[in-house]
Amino acid sequence: MRIDGKGLIDRSRPVSFRFDGRSYGGFEGDTLASALLANGVRLMGRSFKYHRPRGVLTAGSEEPNALMEIGKGAGKTPNVRATVQEVFEGLEARSQNRIGPLNRDLLAVNDLFSPFLSAGFYYKTFMWPRKFWEGLYEPIIRRAAGLGALSGKPDPGRYEKAFAFCDILVIGGGPTGLMAALTAARGGAEVILAEDSAAFGGRLLSETEEVDGKPGAVWVGEMLDALAETGKVRLMPRTTITGAYDGGTYGALERVGLHRPATPDLPLECLWRIQAKQAVLAAGALERPIAFPMNDRPGIMMASAVRSYLNRYGVAPGQKITLFATNDDAHQTALDLIGAGVEVAAVVDSRAEATAQGDYQLFAGGQVITTKGRHALTNVTIRHSGAETQIDTDCLAMSGGWNPTVHLTCHMGARPVWDEALKAFLPAASAIPGLTPAGACAGTYDTASCLTAGIEAAKSALKALELKAPDIAPPSASDQTGTSQTLWYVEGKGRAWLDFANDVTTKDVKLSAQEGYRSVEHMKRYTTQGMAPDQGKNSNISALALLADATGRGIPETGTTTYRPPYVPISISAMAAGAQGKGFQPERFTTSHSASTARGAPMIEAGLWYRPSYFPAQGETTWREACDREVTMVREAVGICDVSTLGKIDIQGPDASAFLDFVYTNMFSTLKPGRVRYGLMLREDGHVMDDGTTARLSDSHYVMTTTTAAAGQVMTHLEFVSQALRPDLDVRFISVTEQWAQFAVAGPRSRELLNSILDTPIDDETWPFMSCGPISVHGIPGRLFRISFSGEHAYEIAVPARYGDALYRDLVARAETMGGGAYGMEALNVLRIEKGFITHSEIHGRVTAFDIGMERMISAKKDCIGKTAAARPGLVEPERELLVGLKPIGTVKQLTAGAHLFAPEAAPTRENDEGYVTSVGFSPTFGTYLGLGFLVNGRARHGETVKHVDHLRGVETLCEVCDPVFFDPEGGRTRG
Amino acid sequence: MQIRCPLCGLRDVREFTIKGHAIALSRPAPDAGDEAWNAYLHLRENPAGVTTELWHHTAGCGAWLKVTRNTITHEILKVALVRDGVERTDAD
Amino acid sequence: MASLTALTPAQDLTPITIGGVTLSEEVPEAIAALMPYAGQTKALSAALKEAHGLALPGPNRMTKSDSHRATWSGLDQAFLIGPPPASELATHSAVVDQSDAWVVLTLEGKGVEDVLARLTPIDLRGGSFKRGHAARSLLGHMNAVFARDAVDRITIMVFRSMAQTAVHELEEAMKGVAARASAN
Repeated sequence: MRIDGKGLIDRSRPVSFRFDGRSYGGFEGDTLASALLANGVRLMGRSFKYHRPRGVLTAGSEEPNALMEIGKGAGKTPNVRATVQEVFEGLEARSQNRIGPLNRDLLAVNDLFSPFLSAGFYYKTFMWPRKFWEGLYEPIIRRAAGLGALSGKPDPGRYEKAFAFCDILVIGGGPTGLMAALTAARGGAEVILAEDSAAFGGRLLSETEEVDGKPGAVWVGEMLDALAETGKVRLMPRTTITGAYDGGTYGALERVGLHRPATPDLPLECLWRIQAKQAVLAAGALERPIAFPMNDRPGIMMASAVRSYLNRYGVAPGQKITLFATNDDAHQTALDLIGAGVEVAAVVDSRAEATAQGDYQLFAGGQVITTKGRHALTNVTIRHSGAETQIDTDCLAMSGGWNPTVHLTCHMGARPVWDEALKAFLPAASAIPGLTPAGACAGTYDTASCLTAGIEAAKSALKALELKAPDIAPPSASDQTGTSQTLWYVEGKGRAWLDFANDVTTKDVKLSAQEGYRSVEHMKRYTTQGMAPDQGKNSNISALALLADATGRGIPETGTTTYRPPYVPISISAMAAGAQGKGFQPERFTTSHSASTARGAPMIEAGLWYRPSYFPAQGETTWREACDREVTMVREAVGICDVSTLGKIDIQGPDASAFLDFVYTNMFSTLKPGRVRYGLMLREDGHVMDDGTTARLSDSHYVMTTTTAAAGQVMTHLEFVSQALRPDLDVRFISVTEQWAQFAVAGPRSRELLNSILDTPIDDETWPFMSCGPISVHGIPGRLFRISFSGEHAYEIAVPARYGDALYRDLVARAETMGGGAYGMEALNVLRIEKGFITHSEIHGRVTAFDIGMERMISAKKDCIGKTAAARPGLVEPERELLVGLKPIGTVKQLTAGAHLFAPEAAPTRENDEGYVTSVGFSPTFGTYLGLGFLVNGRARHGETVKHVDHLRGVETLCEVCDPVFFDPEGGRTRG
Repeated sequence: MQIRCPLCGLRDVREFTIKGHAIALSRPAPDAGDEAWNAYLHLRENPAGVTTELWHHTAGCGAWLKVTRNTITHEILKVALVRDGVERTDAD
Repeated sequence: MASLTALTPAQDLTPITIGGVTLSEEVPEAIAALMPYAGQTKALSAALKEAHGLALPGPNRMTKSDSHRATWSGLDQAFLIGPPPASELATHSAVVDQSDAWVVLTLEGKGVEDVLARLTPIDLRGGSFKRGHAARSLLGHMNAVFARDAVDRITIMVFRSMAQTAVHELEEAMKGVAARASAN
């Protein structure tokens, strides 16, 4: 029921929304919960386990009951707290966890079985027969338990991640936080003020008390103006600080577009990483429920929530309201209700000495012992002076005192400390470096002290930043806190809920203690108390107090469970923000990319790069046809392939040669300028890291090539060697991978093709095999390397990348007139397998130079990375698996990479394993599959027959073991 | 976690790659013997407390850093350029 | 003789204007990596002054002359951007042509910091990252060089091959930021 003249929301801006298919009206500034309450809707959901009718318990992000599905279709979001969701025109909300309508949920039958469904029920009941668990029990239990459901479709919404930086982060925009922010800003600090709710002001928006002689909300408005005036405060409303991490890093979840109709490009949520030099925690406190019998009916809520609905939203959550409290503070609820013209049925105060503060009926020393009402509260029974009295009421406001919101202070491992006087857990000292808790979260409850605490906390943060504290006096405010009694639970008939969200009652906690789960961590897991979306914000302290009682220990000895981030649930979409679609990883495109796709080449990923798989010609229907043609083309005419993705590192300096001698196994200091040499690089543990060719351009200038796969790793390795192991060497290097577009021109007609474009023609004498140097192509200076990865007479030509597209198109067009053309990765792979050239399929990390037959490349004349370790016994033994070639000779003519090798008669089991296949391809040159692999003592077994078995693909065949170089072993073609 | 790169300043951990214990700086002589090489390659302390590690500022300046940190408190006590042990030629 | 047509790294991808922010490609005449040899930093800086009128930038800084700018780009490394470098620099330094290795994007307008806050984990606020400041960091998952050469302008360099991704990421961030501004 909406109360005229009450509330801070804009009554001139009505909105309509739907809940469970029915249309309702609310106002801008309403939460879904306040708008539903204003419409008299008290039943908002069903509980997790017993499917009991539930209404709203709180007015904040700690809400355990009123969880709803928001939106429709793919964008539907489950488990949204109605106390957080703001209403807007067209909002669609649905209750969840029910079969049938909310008021006749078929699963409510669970509640009848509740005597059997206590903690541990599942563990004890569904033990056997064992196979029934997966097939029968689990699906039924999963259907019955649980909350909302996902759409199962990709979330179409936009989500964001962002970074923010500040001097002082103030967490919480209540009186403490506002004072802290103003003090910090006036002291010269850059401030971020983050507030969980849509509006700043904290409890001041929910109370009738005055600050500085003005209504709280008016003072808040003036404070916001004052903050804006400083020009140093970034206000972040709807932003919950979710975690405190090392080094002043805080996580924050901002609701950006969830409170308004879908807006193009507007993110729904933003997950912030805030880097703060100092922080003030002004997170406030959460009111403590009381576990009295049948305390879970719709209409029973926190007293502070009743004041929030009344004073902030102008809504009376009932027409005849009862208060059950343990403290003076809560009596304000009755006063505010009476002031707004709402009937107060009674105030039940557990303290015998309590006195009425206004015109209402007080039951001092009374307790609520049970309640009635099928879908919502209709009456309560109280025990008072030895008698029981029934009171008709449709709303019961309860208050068991306050729990300081210490959560963030515990995120780095600190445990909160029990304060016996306050009967509350307070933040441990220096729990988070650089974070000062202040106000209610530090156990300071009255407004005057909170305002002062905000100033003082900001001053200490300013001091840590070596900034001067401004002269700020706290405004006048109430300094009353009154007295309070602790009352964790009320004995009586019927269940008394502790954890509303997970349906955990006082009986469950007692049972846990009785069955030996006496540690608070065990109790949590046994009962599931504190494991729901609210993470026990409403129940942890009461549950552990009860456990303390049940185990005969004190509260400090019992302790708390571990508080972990996030403070509120974070949607997976927000966590994954920025990583969906193209954001997942960068795409690297070569300069020939559009020319390749224009020719219909399917692109395959090579690391981040995209490379053409093959180039389908007219009439070809399979990739193999294209691949066979491309291989033959290179063997018989000329082929063009973009090899720009190989890593290229420019290395210069007086000690460049010595540096290369140290990182490569073989000598580079002896290489003549204008020449290229193949190099092998080891890891320090003696295994092969990478291979490639390195060209010496001048005495002190080299260009190293790496494989595409290991380019980054090699660069990091060189940086390590240069900075950490050999800082004595004066050498400088930088990646030039991206600077040069480089194309292989391979085949017997390669020189002929090149001579049609080079400004100065080349011949065998000036450009022998393994030579390199500058050239000019169509007037553009470039580089030419006579190297071959195909076994043919071949070159690699490099030009600055801006000309890559043009040169590639020109080369391919010319090759096509010569019976050649472009070739892709498939053909490149076959060509190199025919020649026995290795790639990272072979040098996969567990392979030594000895294994690939290159042990003689480890120079005896010098030290190098990996040399000592490579000589270890065990790394140079013939019994190792050594590189071999494989040719199928059985009835099946196919080989598969990943297959294992066995003796022909041996069973293909692990114990008989003698090796494995690393690379295969169909060779049109030989008309058969060829493979490379590793075989025990393989070099001595050429000519033998082994069995190739691929259990995964079901391929089994016999192979002949041979030398890995199948084609032109003398290398005559390469030298051309 | 944040690391204060001596060149770049305080940076998010995502910019760095860890290599492991700083023992990697103490490469034995080629003839130091199996024991020394085994220790260099394979043996690592895993202290609960202060340890010294090598981090590479991969997404930053490319410098290798020697980071002294407390594995219990996550406090970073010292960050130095690995190369500083020998020479320093950065621009002023 | 046929000649070769040059394409820029972000050919036809920019400019993009969303909200008050414009993303465009800058095509410098040349980019040269300068990496002074041991003990040659001061000498290189002097040679740079002599040849091109600017000093070698220290860490996290850029320097400027009428013809050139030099942006610190890592340990013992700076990029000289402008006309090709004088050959004398090679006496003191490795000089490596990087003219084609990078896409140089400029992000200009009010709120460029807000756009980059979606992609870059460093403090680029005006008070911290001032005119003449440079940094190596990330743009999304991409290694990048940042420099602020005017109050509302930041240049971003990433590898040429990643130009499409860089433009896409920046465009998405620009959209989100602009949508926030118009929603408020």
